[in-house]
Amino acid sequence: MRARWASRGPLPWPGFVTVWRSAFVIAILLVSGGLAVTIDTSQGPFVILATTTSTRDSGLLDYLLPSFSQDTGTGIRYVAVGTGLALDMGRRGDADVVLVHAPPSEAVFMDEGHGLCRSPVMRNQFIVVGPPSDPAGVRNLENATVAFARIRAQQALFVSRGDNSGTHQMEKAIWSWVGYTPDPLRDSWYREAGQGMGATLKLVSELGAYTLTDDGTFLVLRAGLELDVHITNDPPLQNFYSVIPVNSERHPAVMKDGALAFARWIVSARGQALIGNYTIAGEQPFHPMGEDRC
Amino acid sequence: MGWESEILQIVGISVLVAGTSTLLGSLLGIPLGALVALRPFRGRNFVRTLAFTFYGFPPVLAGLLVFLLLSNAGPLGVLGWLFTPLGMVLAQTLLVTPIVMGLTISAMMSVEKRLRETALALGADERQWRVTAVHEARIGVASAVMVGFGRAISEVGAVLIVGGNIRGHTRVLTTAIVLETAQANYVAATVYGVILFAIAFLFFAILQRIQERVFS
Repeated sequence: MRARWASRGPLPWPGFVTVWRSAFVIAILLVSGGLAVTIDTSQGPFVILATTTSTRDSGLLDYLLPSFSQDTGTGIRYVAVGTGLALDMGRRGDADVVLVHAPPSEAVFMDEGHGLCRSPVMRNQFIVVGPPSDPAGVRNLENATVAFARIRAQQALFVSRGDNSGTHQMEKAIWSWVGYTPDPLRDSWYREAGQGMGATLKLVSELGAYTLTDDGTFLVLRAGLELDVHITNDPPLQNFYSVIPVNSERHPAVMKDGALAFARWIVSARGQALIGNYTIAGEQPFHPMGEDRC
Repeated sequence: MGWESEILQIVGISVLVAGTSTLLGSLLGIPLGALVALRPFRGRNFVRTLAFTFYGFPPVLAGLLVFLLLSNAGPLGVLGWLFTPLGMVLAQTLLVTPIVMGLTISAMMSVEKRLRETALALGADERQWRVTAVHEARIGVASAVMVGFGRAISEVGAVLIVGGNIRGHTRVLTTAIVLETAQANYVAATVYGVILFAIAFLFFAILQRIQERVFS
């Protein structure tokens, strides 16, 4: 073949075809190598946990999950998204188990038959934070509803998550108790960040504004923020987390054993003790209240 | 796991996923591009326009489509590729292939006009002519591969949705930047950005060397 080409064709140099052929072979080899490694890292049984950003941002998951793998020999990987999306991953059978904090949505999820069982795991709380100078004068008010009403009356700057997250839903609930729905287009003192809690807190700190946050994320970032806690320990601002293994009868691809093992482990004495011992800057963000209902 | 090994792991997964996607996309895109450029057929301009249109295809939309495809509720759910590097490679290959193909078409069509008649006059047959054309367009084709890699290593939308940004498994440089920014760790986010830039620079420098040494 090469002889024919060399005798007839205008080829640039004698080894021309060989160079292109070896380039092609090298490319094929590289692709096979890359694919082999990719396939290799893609395999192995592990539980997929869909959960909310607060458990990741507070550092709890990275502290907790290695112990689960050690105790049970089961690998686990988590995807941290908003509460609504986490439940939807369960609904599609893409997650094996979910750890979320939205009791009404969880009830719907169970009614639809997507969950195997549902166990309470722990609670934390929402707090109202704002600038140390406290321009609206909300420090030491009796609860968040009164504080929100005062912020509105004083037209003090307030930043909302504005992303329909669990925290945003809590904030909207408080505004409904105030009896007023702020509109960022009309109320110049009310802004929507459209970002996660960490980024929102930084923004709030720079603006000298008020916001509602979960205490875990706030504790992690506190050192870099010029914000004080103004309202804390308000009973309606409790935040309850539940664990739900996805129903493997509805979703055959789900790893039932691993999911159930995690749901049992996190509410066991061992899992609960780990949660209770977790501190950020000397404070305990999550309070265990586990109960095995699986 | 120390932070050094975590960074190394993130870099490794980034290069693995983007590199494999680029190579796969090139193996598909270059022959397809050559075919379109060198064989006149009805609707050739349409194919070319389509390839160019896909340059502007939003990665996040590609991610959504691949997510729906690989989801357990989707047609390819049985493969179990969602939230794995394999799924990310699939999504990025979809993004890279049209880019490599489109740029290959451009490179070869400009060569075609100049060279075809000369080559045929010098006695080349059709098949020899095609190989020669790929060779003559090599710089443009290599650029196509580089642009494809640039797209793969820098996009965040597709790998975030399909990979799920799982620590130690599907977290790549771009999704790490998104995560650190969301948590307001701007320094860490910037460090990842600098690493990303350095990798791209290294890759392009090496490819350019190859281009100079081997192909010219």
